[in-house]
Amino acid sequence: MNPYGPVAIYLCVALAAALLFTFLPGLLGRAKPNPQKQEAYECGVEPTSAVHGRFPVRFYLIAMLFVIFDVEAASFYPWAVQMHALRVFGLVEMIVFVIVLAIGYAYVWKKGGFQWR
Amino acid sequence: MNVPDWIIILIKSAILLLVVVTTFAYAMLAERKVLGWMQLRPGPNRVGPWGLMQPAADAAKLILKEDLTPKTADPLIYRLAPFISLLTAFSVYAIIPFGADASGAWAIGNVNAGILLLMAITSIGVYGISLGGWASGSKYPLLGSVRATAQMISYELGMSLSFIGVLILAGTTSLDGIVNAQVHQWFIVPQILGFLIYIITAVAETNRVPFDLVEAETELVAGFHTEYSGLRFGLFFIAEYVNMLTVSCIATLLFLGGWNAPFGLTMIPGVVWFIVKISFFMFFYMWLRATLPRFRYDRLMAFGWKVLLPLATLNLVVTAIIVALKG
Repeated sequence: MNPYGPVAIYLCVALAAALLFTFLPGLLGRAKPNPQKQEAYECGVEPTSAVHGRFPVRFYLIAMLFVIFDVEAASFYPWAVQMHALRVFGLVEMIVFVIVLAIGYAYVWKKGGFQWR
Repeated sequence: MNVPDWIIILIKSAILLLVVVTTFAYAMLAERKVLGWMQLRPGPNRVGPWGLMQPAADAAKLILKEDLTPKTADPLIYRLAPFISLLTAFSVYAIIPFGADASGAWAIGNVNAGILLLMAITSIGVYGISLGGWASGSKYPLLGSVRATAQMISYELGMSLSFIGVLILAGTTSLDGIVNAQVHQWFIVPQILGFLIYIITAVAETNRVPFDLVEAETELVAGFHTEYSGLRFGLFFIAEYVNMLTVSCIATLLFLGGWNAPFGLTMIPGVVWFIVKISFFMFFYMWLRATLPRFRYDRLMAFGWKVLLPLATLNLVVTAIIVALKG
């Protein structure tokens, strides 16, 4: 059997279990809603302003940096697995790559990209 | 009698899932017991002998509780989020081998892209937390979830880079192959820096103390799951503990030699060693929780980006140089 066959079967079982857990509270839980219960929690006072509001732009910056560095991490993987075969050639290739990366990293650091304000 | 392969795998999958859920239940009880002892109190001891029925009582209570949805919430995504968390937490076990003979009895699937698939599945887990907090339509969950998302993606970098040293030494991404490469020496010895980075990022990825900024009670009520009640809250809880178990399994497979016995004690089966090593990591988590205070958020982010990321890169460069020159 293809090695991914068992994985697919397991994923179906996991999906079934997760669906069961998701629909169980609707079937077994009691339901006595009232307006107070359905308010969003805000330490007991009535919610004051729009809730899908703004949040600091810092988080967007972190997300963008993550995409860049995660792609970089992913490109290390195939190289790492072949390291025993590539030897010094692979080492030089990788060091050039890391130097390019380090320049970008130093630039972001200097610009304050990692500084949480 | 001739039973088709897929029925056997189906039964194995169901058993494995049952084992994972039961382990979650008793890991939770164990954590409360251990925390109790560390704080010089007995811990839960009322339900059943020695408190052993406590998980069942908790489950019954959570299932029968009212399932509340705030009227400002997005009802579909609000219900989808815990489902995503739970499904990704469960899915990882499709490829984790628990003992030697990984293509047969002790694993569901033995795929050659093991670590890549593992990273791919576990990364999806962040959606559960970020969507759950966003869809609650409330302020504290929103703040908790953007914090959680930033924290988890930042530490995921250090985590994926800390694997690379192991990959260089093992020369394969298959989990089975990595464990077999550790027969003579566990990778914790040559990869001690990678191991430390992995442990730190693993604690941050599972949002545990001292990196539990996500649910910092003093600032954010309960973080992303403030609005959740009943079993839906429980699903996030299950996902968190199953993820703890997952990272313990990965640490064992990658750095502690998986099912390889230490000190040549091969008369004890490999699975037992595997369980012993996982238990050690689970205890380590509880120990941390009883010992350490919480990080400050700006320091957390600075630590991830300015310390762990360069250190992990340094670790992989040094490993590559040694392998290239010594071979």
